[in-house]
Amino acid sequence: MNHLLLGTVTAAALMTGAAIAKDVTVGLQLEPPHLDPTSAAAGAIDQVLYSNVFEGLTRFGSDGSVNPGLAESWDISEDGLTYTFNLRAGVKFHDGTDLDASDVVFSLDRARAEDSVNAQKALFANIVSVAAQDDTTVKVTLSKPQGNFLFNMAWGDAVIVAPESIETIKSNPVGTGAFTFADWKQGDSITLTRNDGYWGTPAKLDGATFKFISDPTAAFAAMMAEDIDAFYGYPAPENLAQFEADPRFTVLAGNTEGETIMAMNNKLPPFDNKLVRQAVSHAIDRSAIIDGAMFGYGTPIGSHFAPHNPAYVDLTGNSEYDPEKAKALLAEAGFADGFTTTLKLPPPSYARRGGEIIAAQLREVGIETEISNLEWAQWLEQAFKGYDYGLTIVSHTEPMDIGIYARPEYYFQYDNADFQKLIAELDVENDPAKRTEMMQGAQKIISEDYVNAYLFQLALTSVVSSDLNGIWPNAPTQAVDLTAVSWAE
Amino acid sequence: MLRYALKRLGSLLISLIVASLVIFFTLEVVPGDPASFMLGINAQPETLEALREELGLNATKAERYLSWVTGLVTGDLGISYTYRSPVSEIVAERLVISLPLALYALILTVVIAFPVGILAATKRGSLTDVAVMGGTQLGVAIPNFWFAMIMVLIFAINLRWFSAGGFPGWDAGFLVAIKALTVPAIALALPQASILARVMRSSLLDTLSEDYIRTSRAKGLTKRQALRRHALRNALIPVLTIIGLQLSFLLAGAIIIENVFFLPGLGRLVFQAISQRDLIVVESVVMLLVFAVIVVNFLVDLAYVWVDPRLKDRT
Repeated sequence: MNHLLLGTVTAAALMTGAAIAKDVTVGLQLEPPHLDPTSAAAGAIDQVLYSNVFEGLTRFGSDGSVNPGLAESWDISEDGLTYTFNLRAGVKFHDGTDLDASDVVFSLDRARAEDSVNAQKALFANIVSVAAQDDTTVKVTLSKPQGNFLFNMAWGDAVIVAPESIETIKSNPVGTGAFTFADWKQGDSITLTRNDGYWGTPAKLDGATFKFISDPTAAFAAMMAEDIDAFYGYPAPENLAQFEADPRFTVLAGNTEGETIMAMNNKLPPFDNKLVRQAVSHAIDRSAIIDGAMFGYGTPIGSHFAPHNPAYVDLTGNSEYDPEKAKALLAEAGFADGFTTTLKLPPPSYARRGGEIIAAQLREVGIETEISNLEWAQWLEQAFKGYDYGLTIVSHTEPMDIGIYARPEYYFQYDNADFQKLIAELDVENDPAKRTEMMQGAQKIISEDYVNAYLFQLALTSVVSSDLNGIWPNAPTQAVDLTAVSWAE
Repeated sequence: MLRYALKRLGSLLISLIVASLVIFFTLEVVPGDPASFMLGINAQPETLEALREELGLNATKAERYLSWVTGLVTGDLGISYTYRSPVSEIVAERLVISLPLALYALILTVVIAFPVGILAATKRGSLTDVAVMGGTQLGVAIPNFWFAMIMVLIFAINLRWFSAGGFPGWDAGFLVAIKALTVPAIALALPQASILARVMRSSLLDTLSEDYIRTSRAKGLTKRQALRRHALRNALIPVLTIIGLQLSFLLAGAIIIENVFFLPGLGRLVFQAISQRDLIVVESVVMLLVFAVIVVNFLVDLAYVWVDPRLKDRT
């Protein structure tokens, strides 16, 4: 009898618990092309699946810190070449199979294989071998020490997948996370449900639906009609004031890893002349661009580094808005009468709106630009692959990507041996203090070389129902981590 | 009738072959590589090469055209580059929205346009006629996306009768699904109904002034009887032409309305596929639409003869 009573009470308690936990519908602008985070660059895949469905050895926290994930702890050898990961015991994939060391070996070997189509294959470039010591221990050997190896393993492109379910991963992702993939109505929505067998703190929500709405006006309507509970990365900043004034909603303004730059073709005259690049940098008024193109959202930057990173140095002073100085520099470089160049703009509004403003600012100092609006595929073909551009505006959204300046074949074609040496040293440095110092040095070099005109850190603006807690305001990686999201009681 | 149908069928086949050539080779000229789109700006050159190989992009143009066309004939539309699933499945999922939406809008169009057009023609010059002409002029002039936004504002945001968009799927129940398509269908139908009503009116006015109508009236038919027995059927030829065009338009041209209501229809699929350079999807869907348009025209051609048997001998 007692047992029965206890059972009833427990059941009642469980039921009230269930009544509090609810579903959430999150709006996103872009839909994932498929559901395998390890074989495409599309940020939308990570937004839906990272941390929610798939997990890596390490994982990003909301502040960008690297925390233990499927690896509960790790040991790094003295020489920095061997990482021994201790996996959590009792972790199960959503299909009921156990996660063990062989899955980790499989995932990392697949990502670094010769025929791998991993969009961030460079993350795994230093791995020499991956070996299972026992069921819960994996030893990774590197060819040279790599200071940011644990950081790399937290990327969405490095999540652990199982050989049993890899064939169908693109339509039926099977991971280890707090949510299980339930359904994908292509073109419309993806539904996740809570994984009750989760190894860690279970999710507070019963489930989540990601709804894909690309049109800004439609996003506004869906939010206003309360069809969706949160719009992550709300696409129309002009409406944000209206949402802020409405007690039903909260506007979250946070940071992303997106350094928005106006890239200059460093090998194409006249941009091969540092004085010209410096003149362009001084001709640009960042605050006018942030106000005019981004409705005030965005933090000015003076180098290719995120302001919320502890190693950030404010270098905006190197390229203060000073049209007179810009004209003087142009005259010194032999372009007293200015010149004409191309300005190629990909589709995002930061580029299209920002480009118009920049063109006007450059005209003030005598630089005429021929603007052409390109689709992404055209931009990749012409500007990125073909080096066929003078100026272009792009936001680089990968975290900690200052290393691209050490690749002379990269589209801005910056070739500086000192910088390349510094990045090579940074790669193998493990001491945090020294790493910070080196990262600061790297920021200074490219800022003082005026490689590109550094505009602003792309802001992330989300509109969220006032009763919903736990949506990350910042985006240290492209993820909408719902594991800690809950409704106010 | 059979010879007429066969002749039409022959021209249908030739149109399809020409269309497949034009579609394939125009898209080949468009710059942009689906593999680089998918892998983004951090990808290593060797990874890109591996993906291009996996997608079969390294074959020659002729080889790819042939494998595409032979696939089409056998009903295999290929595998999407970006979604990595069969194009036929993707298209089928979109068609269950686009086709009902187009038909729904077409039914609304006809249901509105016929009575309105007939009413205006029979009461020519009256206040009703003036009102119909003015109203339809407005209906033609207002862009349907603007009208759609106004309806969302009223019915979704203020009255909360409908959701602002999206599609719950047919498994959510027939009425629920139809409800989700209602506002978009009205937005699509309004300008089409305005056009059709005007065509109906002028076509009917033309036939009403024909000699045989006067003769039938002289033989003692009332105005209404003459209209029903003689004028209406003869006035249908231009109306059918317009309906055929409208059905094609509603199938292929709902992109903007699909965007406003974030409906996962064919239009949006093509739009996304173009920007992602998912060429195989674009090619197959455009081909399918061409096929649909040609078939609709074929059916309209047949319908002409049914309405007016004299046409059979003229072609």
